[in-house]
Amino acid sequence: MKIVLIGHGMVGHKFLESLEACGLQAHVTVLCEEPRPAYDRVHLSEFFAGRSADDLSLVAPGFFDRPGRVLRLNERAVAIDRAARTVTGSSGEVFPYDKLVLATGSAPFVPAMEGSDRPDCFVYRTIEDLEAMQAAGRRSRSGVVIGGGLLGLECGKALRDMQLQTHVVEFAPRLMALQVDEGGGRMLRSHIEALGVSVHAQKHTLRIVDGHEARHRLEFADGSHLETDMVVFSAGIRPRDALAREAGLALGPRGGIAVDEQVRTSDPDILAIGECAAYEGMVYGLVAPGYDMARTAAAQLAGKDQRFRGADMSTKLKLMGVDVASIGEVHGRTEGARAFQFSDERKQVYKKIVVSACGKKLVGAVMVGDAAEYGTLLQTMLNGLDLPVAPEALILPASDGQARPALGVDALPDAAQICSCNDVSKGALCAAVRDGATTVAALKACTRAGTACGGCVPLVTQVMKAEMKKNGVAVNNHLCEHFAHSRQELFHLVKVEGIRSFDDLLARHGKGRGCDICKPVAASIFASCWNDFVLARDRAALQDSNDYFLGNIQKDGTYSVVPRMPAGEVTPDGLMAVAMVAKKYGLYTKITGGQRVDLFGARLEQLPAIWEELIAAGFESGHAYGKSLRTVKSCVGSTWCRYGVGDSVGLAIELENRYKGLRAPHKIKFGVSGCTRECAEAQGKDVGVIATERGWNLYVCGNGGMKPRHAELLAADLSKERLVALIDRFLMFYVRTADRLQRTSVWRENLEGGLDYLKAVVVDDSLGLGAELEADMQQLVDSYACEWKAAVEDPETRKRFRPFVNTDRPDPLVMFVPERRQIRPATAQERSPETETTA
Amino acid sequence: MNRHDLHWNPVCRLDDIVPDTGVCALLDERHVAIFRVGDDELYAIDNVDPNARASVLSRGLVGNLGERIVVASPLYKHHFDLRSGECLEVPEHSVGTYAVRVEDDTVLVAI
Repeated sequence: MKIVLIGHGMVGHKFLESLEACGLQAHVTVLCEEPRPAYDRVHLSEFFAGRSADDLSLVAPGFFDRPGRVLRLNERAVAIDRAARTVTGSSGEVFPYDKLVLATGSAPFVPAMEGSDRPDCFVYRTIEDLEAMQAAGRRSRSGVVIGGGLLGLECGKALRDMQLQTHVVEFAPRLMALQVDEGGGRMLRSHIEALGVSVHAQKHTLRIVDGHEARHRLEFADGSHLETDMVVFSAGIRPRDALAREAGLALGPRGGIAVDEQVRTSDPDILAIGECAAYEGMVYGLVAPGYDMARTAAAQLAGKDQRFRGADMSTKLKLMGVDVASIGEVHGRTEGARAFQFSDERKQVYKKIVVSACGKKLVGAVMVGDAAEYGTLLQTMLNGLDLPVAPEALILPASDGQARPALGVDALPDAAQICSCNDVSKGALCAAVRDGATTVAALKACTRAGTACGGCVPLVTQVMKAEMKKNGVAVNNHLCEHFAHSRQELFHLVKVEGIRSFDDLLARHGKGRGCDICKPVAASIFASCWNDFVLARDRAALQDSNDYFLGNIQKDGTYSVVPRMPAGEVTPDGLMAVAMVAKKYGLYTKITGGQRVDLFGARLEQLPAIWEELIAAGFESGHAYGKSLRTVKSCVGSTWCRYGVGDSVGLAIELENRYKGLRAPHKIKFGVSGCTRECAEAQGKDVGVIATERGWNLYVCGNGGMKPRHAELLAADLSKERLVALIDRFLMFYVRTADRLQRTSVWRENLEGGLDYLKAVVVDDSLGLGAELEADMQQLVDSYACEWKAAVEDPETRKRFRPFVNTDRPDPLVMFVPERRQIRPATAQERSPETETTA
Repeated sequence: MNRHDLHWNPVCRLDDIVPDTGVCALLDERHVAIFRVGDDELYAIDNVDPNARASVLSRGLVGNLGERIVVASPLYKHHFDLRSGECLEVPEHSVGTYAVRVEDDTVLVAI
């Protein structure tokens, strides 16, 4: 059979893949008007974030090398002769067919307005469009997207990634008017604006003329205007049906090539799929229905009966990093439907569900800012599952210590389609799990679920875990290939069996030689349990570079030097001593975010001498390396501050000295504030203490950094003794039970039973572990010794601090250049050619 | 370079390398990382991590991934096969390898 496919976009390529899956032997010629084969248009905006055209390609290497497959790039189909069954290409060549498949897609819609064809006005469709936009972006300061729908916001992200002052202009009163309701639109707008993109809603652009301050001026119907250097139209799509129309094929009432359930056009030898097709008058502008049509077409040609019966238009996306999801009917048009809404202005989250009049079925849902429930809600609607008695609980945040009444994946029928992009059912996933796929990566590899838009991954994970549980398979929490145990289990084994060496641990509970994952974990566990010198010969090989050299490695291979300054308190003499060292060794000096002085650019061979001088001046290691307690930040407290009610500095110094050097699953930071004004930002720390009129309030599990989290109040108005006891218990409980590299915030989020459980264990001692945890901590406190002092005094350890084992020459690759009267590492260009090429 | 041009350079004593760690030697202006794996296996590769352009590979953690004996660069944790010099994550950033042996407790590297 000779098949001609017109169009090699996402849907066209899915058709080719589906043909292969059907095992149909056919000769297929693909006409592609673009200069490159199919690529991922859904993720087009990532092109601006650094992904290359090759990264976006959908075509596996060698795909067109097989016999019977021809891809003609830059070949646009210009005419179809149905009588002769041929297609004529723009090169003049004529291609005969037995079956013709149209996958011509859609074209961006440019609203009629004067000036829309001015230079630096673009549409957003192909990689060539993006390249032209990128070129224009380099000579522009600002950009406007006309259209505030899905694609318009994607496009806004692209402009923002080009660092342009970005505006989105929308005709309707709100963003994404089709998919989200008014409340969701409002929340979405504030998210988008927070990202620095200006939103102009309810603006009808009349014309684009010369600007005064920028290249263009948009004139709106309400008399206002907006100036910009470039314009991108993203106001919707129109099916590309001209070729079909000229060939006399029937069209849908609002355009698009009319197709039936078998995606056949009015000519049974011609099929149409994707955004150029209209099924029951409807043109689907999403990739999943297009894929479904592609599979239907391939099945048809292979003589199998598969039908397209319309598609659900639910979507979940990440627009500029904001989760947006829309399920079913959300505008309240279903008769008698009732809505439940939840909105949290602080976290910028909006959720709404629409429930049928009987209260039992889900009709629709909108989520902005957090769409974690998307998969579950979608399945509930698609499969007509019964809702719980209080359906609002489905979108309300789970309160502490209580599990949300989850609509378990158990309720889903095996036929439920979990991944709509790749048409993977729950049954297929479960079968794959039974065949041994017990990680999400393995499931992706064998079923392809979750490999397209990725929206179904949370649900895929749930299905996987449920099925594993059902089959009695433990969910894998193995540390790495060398240990079939979690960090928590290893900690327990080390402690109970008194294991003190890695070789012993490996011999009893592991296999192989270990790796960069399990070795530092073992070293940290040994330190938490026994607190022996970390650089002793039999432990040195377990330490990450930072612990091995007791500094933080920097990009050029030099290390930082941070003397401990408990609570940020330092005498003028101390400061002078630090300054003298910095000056003598030519180090870059900076005050850190944690109230300490950081010295950068120390060469390996300088570290012992530097530390010898700092130790002589009374300093000790600041542990600004490894996974350990860093700083205890403080304000000046009641000593100096007119508002302070407690001595925050005195307490912070005590706490820092108590827990210094403590090895933990992740680095830990403390803060102590002298009053509720919170100048030490204690609630952004793993352990935060705030003075009250009656004592100290203890907050735990806060986090700054990439994923900020406010700390929660664990206990209030404590005496200092009680406070220290609770911190001992809390920290030791965390050290014992957390996963590798798990921050207290994430540990807390995953703690079954939540804050109530933590309070029960730490404050009420419900497990009866209190005394033991305190004693363990006391043992660590009592055995503390400054690692740097031990290192400089031990000739064997000291010998390791040299760049070369066979010469005392310094590393010629370490080079500095002056900047703002200090040093910084030289860039690759600044290095001289002869030191660049050492090999 | 022809095989007979190989020159064996004494670098250090075996005892200078803590088991399961590495050291760096400067040989003919080349930075060579020499690893002692277990008690008596020795490997030598270029010390400059091509991903970071810093001379640091000898300071990485040594271990195995499946059959491969590897070092993880301390900067961005890329793994390098100690036998072949191959960078597992970015093969185009693989490094050179050198012959290494011990004679009378002296570690010798050929370049």
